[in-house]
Amino acid sequence: MIELSQVSRTFTVGDQQVAALRGIDLSIAAGDYVSIMGPSGSGKSTLLNLIGLLDRPSSGTYKLDGGDVTALDDLQQARVRSEKIGFVFQSFHLVPRLTAAMNIELPLMLAGIAPAERKARVIKLLDNYGLTDRADHKPDQLSGGQRQRVAIARATSMHPAVLLADEPTGNLDQATGKEVINLLEALLEKNVALIIVTHDPVVGGRAQRQLHMVDGQIISETGRNP
Amino acid sequence: MRLLDIAQFASDSLHGSRTRTLLMILAMSIGVASVVVLTALGEGARRYVADQFSSLGTNLVIVLPGRTETAGVSPGMMTGQTPREITLDDAEAILRGNAVKRIAPLTIGSATISRGALNRESVVVGSTFNFLEIRHMSMAVGEFLPPGDIHDGASVCVLGNQIARELFGNGQAVGQWVRLGDRRMRVIGVLSPQGESMGMRTDELVVVPVATAHQLFNTSGLFRVIVEARSRDAIEQTKKEVEEIMVARHSGEKDVTVITQDAILQTFDRILTTLTMAVGGIAAISLAVAGVLIMNVMLIAVAQRVREIGLLKALGASPSQIRRMFFAEAALLSGVGCVAGLVLGYAGSFVIGRIYPVLPVSPPWWAVLAAIATAMGAGILFSVWPARRAARLDPVTALAGR
Repeated sequence: MIELSQVSRTFTVGDQQVAALRGIDLSIAAGDYVSIMGPSGSGKSTLLNLIGLLDRPSSGTYKLDGGDVTALDDLQQARVRSEKIGFVFQSFHLVPRLTAAMNIELPLMLAGIAPAERKARVIKLLDNYGLTDRADHKPDQLSGGQRQRVAIARATSMHPAVLLADEPTGNLDQATGKEVINLLEALLEKNVALIIVTHDPVVGGRAQRQLHMVDGQIISETGRNP
Repeated sequence: MRLLDIAQFASDSLHGSRTRTLLMILAMSIGVASVVVLTALGEGARRYVADQFSSLGTNLVIVLPGRTETAGVSPGMMTGQTPREITLDDAEAILRGNAVKRIAPLTIGSATISRGALNRESVVVGSTFNFLEIRHMSMAVGEFLPPGDIHDGASVCVLGNQIARELFGNGQAVGQWVRLGDRRMRVIGVLSPQGESMGMRTDELVVVPVATAHQLFNTSGLFRVIVEARSRDAIEQTKKEVEEIMVARHSGEKDVTVITQDAILQTFDRILTTLTMAVGGIAAISLAVAGVLIMNVMLIAVAQRVREIGLLKALGASPSQIRRMFFAEAALLSGVGCVAGLVLGYAGSFVIGRIYPVLPVSPPWWAVLAAIATAMGAGILFSVWPARRAARLDPVTALAGR
C-alpha cells in the first residue's frame, strides 16, 4: 500500500545541505505493524512526516494505494491526509479550547461530513475509547492517558488506512503507555497499517516489522522478538 | 467543511481568548459608533437648517433692493439700504409674471405699541393679505389683514401671540384699540404661537397693512418682496420674469437682487453635507485603525496558534480551509463589533436627540452603510495577510511549534 523508492530528503541549514533521509526503499502493506527506531536525528520523524504527507521528498517517489502522491498539490494532499492518514503525536496535540468530543469531531468537520453523522460517530468513538463521561471536558481536565485516547479516537475517526504514531508513549507513564499501545494495536484487526516511531525498545519490539535507522538510512529490519 | 462549521470554529476560537476578543470588539464598535453619531449630528444640523428654511414658506423667490454680486448674505440685503427703492407699484407689477402665484411685499421697522399704560417696543411688519399663507402662519383668533388695494393704509393691525398676551393678558384683544407709533389702530386678529423661524420671533410681531407701515415709517421703499412661484419647477422662470419686470421698470438697470429660497437652501445643504461627510471621514479613520488592530491581533493569533494550525493540516485541513477559518474569525470580530457599534451609535444619537430636541438627530443611511462597509471591509481586508500566512505554514515546523 505504501511504497517508497529511493526517497531522499535534504534540508538546507544555513548554507549546508543536511541529508535527513537517503535513498529509502520501503513498502508497507495494509495491516502491517511497523516500528521505526533509531537515535535522535536518524530521520525517523522525517520519514514519518513524509509518509503522512506533511513533508515532501527531495527526490524519489512515494506511492500510496498505487498512486504517486508526491506530485499532488497542497489541496489534494490535504484530502489524502483527511481520508487515509491518521496521526497520533507524542504531545497529544489536542486543541485546548475544544472539548474532548469536539476534538474528536475535528477531522470529520474538516472533511465536511454532515453534523448528524458526525455526532453518531463521535458518540461511538467516545464509547469505544471509554471517554463517554469525559466528552465535555477540556483537554486540561483530562489525564495524559485520557488525552492520548482522545487523540487516538480523533486519528481513527475518518477510518484511515494508515495510522502514524510519533512517540505515542513518550509523555506517558509505563502503565498508561501500555494501555495506549494496546489501543493502537487493536486497530490492526481493522487492517490499518500501524507505523510507530519510538525510542523505547519495549514499545518498538512489539511490532512485526522493526526498522532501525541511522543517519537517514534503514540499516536493518528485524522481525518480532520471540 | 461546512460554512456553519467554519463559523462555529471561529466563534469557539474567539471565545477561547475572551479579553482579546472583547478589546477588538470595543475598538471596532467605537469606530462604528463614532461614524454613526458624528454623521447623525451633521445630518441633524442639515435638516435643522432645511426645516428652518421650509418654515419660511415654499417655492419662494425673494426680491431685494440693490444688487449683490455674489449669492448669499450681503450687507445690503440685511439693511435694505439702496439707492433705488422697490415701490408698491413695482410689487404689483411683479404679480403680472406668468409663473408668479402671489406676492407679499414687506416693510419692516420698529415702533412702540401701547395700550393704556402698557407699552413696549415691537418689530412692525407691513405686508398684505397673502403674507399669512406665504409664510405658513396661522391665526389664533380674528382675521388677518384684509385683501384689497395694496395702497390702502387701513388702521388695523394683527398682533403676534406674545404681544397680545402682554397687552391684553387673557382678555379679548380683537376689536380693541392700541396705539402704534403715532396712530391708533384696531386689533383685528392675533397670530397663533409659531415659535421662532430663521431668527425672527413671529410671536413678537405686529403686522399692519404695508401702506400703513409706509405712512408710519415715512418711507415708500420696500424691504423686500416675497414672491411665491406656481410650482417648484416654476421657480427659475419666476426668478427670470421678476428680473425682467424690474429691469424694465427701473429704466433698464438691474438694481435688484432676486434670490431663490432653493439657492440659499442648497448652499447650506452643500456646506453641511460636506461637513457631515468630513466628520464621518474622520471617524472612518478610527475604523481603519480598528482594522489595523484586527490585523495585528490576527497575526498574533496565527503566531499563538501555530501548533493548532499544524495539527489542522495534519488532520486534513487544506490551505483554503485554514484561510477561511481565520477569515471567518476576522469577519466575526468585525461583524460583532459593527453591530455593537451600531447599537452604541444609535443609542448615542438618541441621547443627543434628547438633550438637544431642536436638532433632528438621526444618522443618514449612507453613513450607516458606509460605516458597516468600512468596518467589515477593514476587518476582512486586514485579515487576508494573517490568514494567508496561516495557510502557508509548513505543517512539520508548525506542529513542532516553531
